[in-house]
Amino acid sequence: MNEAGSAKVTANQGEATVKNASTFRVTTPTDQEIRMTRVFDAPRHLVMDAFSKPELLKRWLLGPPGWEMVVCNVANKPGERYRYEWRNTATGHQFGTGGVCRETSPGRIVHTEVMDGQPGESVVTTDFVEEGGKTTVTMTLLFESKEIRDMALKSGMERGVAASYNRLEELLASGQA
Amino acid sequence: MQRRSQQLDAIFAALADPTRRAIVARLASGEASVMELAKPFAMSQPAISKHLKVLERAGLISRGQDRQRRPRRLEARRLAEATRWLERYRKIWEGNFQRLDALLEELKTQEKSSGAKR
Repeated sequence: MNEAGSAKVTANQGEATVKNASTFRVTTPTDQEIRMTRVFDAPRHLVMDAFSKPELLKRWLLGPPGWEMVVCNVANKPGERYRYEWRNTATGHQFGTGGVCRETSPGRIVHTEVMDGQPGESVVTTDFVEEGGKTTVTMTLLFESKEIRDMALKSGMERGVAASYNRLEELLASGQA
Repeated sequence: MQRRSQQLDAIFAALADPTRRAIVARLASGEASVMELAKPFAMSQPAISKHLKVLERAGLISRGQDRQRRPRRLEARRLAEATRWLERYRKIWEGNFQRLDALLEELKTQEKSSGAKR
């Protein structure tokens, strides 16, 4: 009885996840921006909690598989500094990012961001709009130049998994040669 | 590696323009001459040719064999190379957001049960 009940819940959650995943959009609205839009099946205050409380951030803001968040100092007031750091559990490689909180209001978080090893500071504006119990999150990353924006787009590569894929590709290529 | 990165920069720069993206979209459904490409745009042939040159330099398009029409065709492999970056970026964030979906389900349940106790 219990088993059947829990199986049903899992199936429903699975559907919800797939449905939400299909709402995900990544666009480059201008030369200097990256914009991400995603719908979450939860009210705004819970989604904003998940974006601002360290114990919650540590559970989802992890990037590629194999990374854990080891530093999560949040800034929830204008002028405060935040710092996030991740560590690759396999390689021990560490990566971090940080900046200053510029604005917090119901429905909006604005902060600056400087990623380790990358030039320039970006401004990240995150808007949370609730409608019918669902929350649409829009993150707009504004970079100092197009060149820096493009580097950030490619930064998935520098963040670990991708870097090891690269090494693997190189190994395979040299083996074939 | 340096050259590779410069090639990617050229691809991104070429695709930053809406007209050039429209041209790429058109060529995705088959090769076309400059005249055919110019038609849907309110643009002169020389203006279109300028855009084509940028796409050609980035390696995104090439010229077909037909000497008269000189049809342009899409170099799909080069395009795939560029969109891979955006796709990877997307994948990383989708991973984050799917974990967030699961966390939010948990938070909603917690909130409901604490509300029920009250």
